[in-house]
Amino acid sequence: MKKNKGIISTGLVIGLISVLLVKFGNPANMGFCIACFIRDTAGALGLHRAEAVQYVRPEIIGIIIGAFVMSIAGKEFKVKGGSAPLTRFVLGFFVMIGALMFLGCPLRMILRLAGGDLNAVIGILGFTAGIFVGVLFLNKGFSLRRTYELPKFEGFIMPSVTVVLFILLVAFPSLLLFSEKGAGASHAPIYFSLVDGLIVGVLAQKNKLCCAGGIRDVIMFKDFHLISWFLAIFVAALVGNLLLGQFKLGFVDQPIAHTDGLWNFLGMGLVGFASVLLGGCPLRQLILSAEGNIDSAITVLGLVFGAAFAHNFNLASSAQGPTLNGKVAVVIGFIVVFLIGYFNIEKSTEVEIKEGVEIEI
Amino acid sequence: MKFKVVDARGRSCPEPVLMTKNAIKDNSNVQVLVDSNVAKENVTRFAINSGYKVEVKEEKDSYILTLTK
Repeated sequence: MKKNKGIISTGLVIGLISVLLVKFGNPANMGFCIACFIRDTAGALGLHRAEAVQYVRPEIIGIIIGAFVMSIAGKEFKVKGGSAPLTRFVLGFFVMIGALMFLGCPLRMILRLAGGDLNAVIGILGFTAGIFVGVLFLNKGFSLRRTYELPKFEGFIMPSVTVVLFILLVAFPSLLLFSEKGAGASHAPIYFSLVDGLIVGVLAQKNKLCCAGGIRDVIMFKDFHLISWFLAIFVAALVGNLLLGQFKLGFVDQPIAHTDGLWNFLGMGLVGFASVLLGGCPLRQLILSAEGNIDSAITVLGLVFGAAFAHNFNLASSAQGPTLNGKVAVVIGFIVVFLIGYFNIEKSTEVEIKEGVEIEI
Repeated sequence: MKFKVVDARGRSCPEPVLMTKNAIKDNSNVQVLVDSNVAKENVTRFAINSGYKVEVKEEKDSYILTLTK
């Protein structure tokens, strides 16, 4: 338990920050939601025209810059890529489709639960089931193959893009689209969001936080290290919500949520399944994209593309429930992710035996 | 001493741990090559939980983890 102390306190901090972000203006139970924030940012850039969800979320910018700085400081910034990039783009796309069916990434799922939204319980069951299916593929030898070193320049693109976004937000907001009402219009002050994002970026990079990895490691290796922060964030956000009067228990009339159990289950199931094949949840992909992992940067672009697509083609759910188009997209998503899983099973992994202690690289 | 050599460089989570898990099934001594800090930490944690001693050596951009019972 002792060695988990750092990661547990990290979870507690992120839980409290999330509650405060809601207190200072973010939508309810949405202190952090990587999927929603990417969706809002895509909207601000006009990649989709859903007027209720358009805003450049400084939290995303903060997370990437925080993780970038931390990875440089910790000598973990390494530019690499080439592990099935287009496959990862597609997986990222369907992670977003699943998340917008449920209305939240795994991080918001846990925050929704901490706000008393019991639909999130169904989401967690689906998420766990999806991870379980992903683990079956991993155990069969699923792999998107290895990465290779890439030119350093590549690694600086993602952080630079976010800096440009931030400059646009504060200096040239007239170039962007902003929601006048709806979730996109609810946000904490810019610099408050930015600083909170920075803190989460630093902590998440340092502790390698991942929402899908925690449940995966318990299933695969009986390792409870990575799930401990996920539980800590729940506890901290629950206590914070209770203290600030942001807690409301039940299924019905929950903020930015719907009560269709089957599709909440399947939406998060798709997120869990695709996230395991990717090797990490949307938060983890953001962090990796900041520390030079170009494949994860491509995955983030897949998330952006998925978000824009979801709103342009009416796939995203609303408080009224899922749409028919969204249901079709989630089913297609399962088929595609199954095919990706099936066709990327490595037949054999070679293991060589060597004499002596020293090996050459 | 004989070692199985597992080259997990460039592999994303959780493949390095999974490859290590498969390699130590028969209780053999294993050397695992990884090239990221996160893989180094994960494999080390897994090996220690599985009753192995772990020795870490850094070389160029990689780590060599020597796992012995």
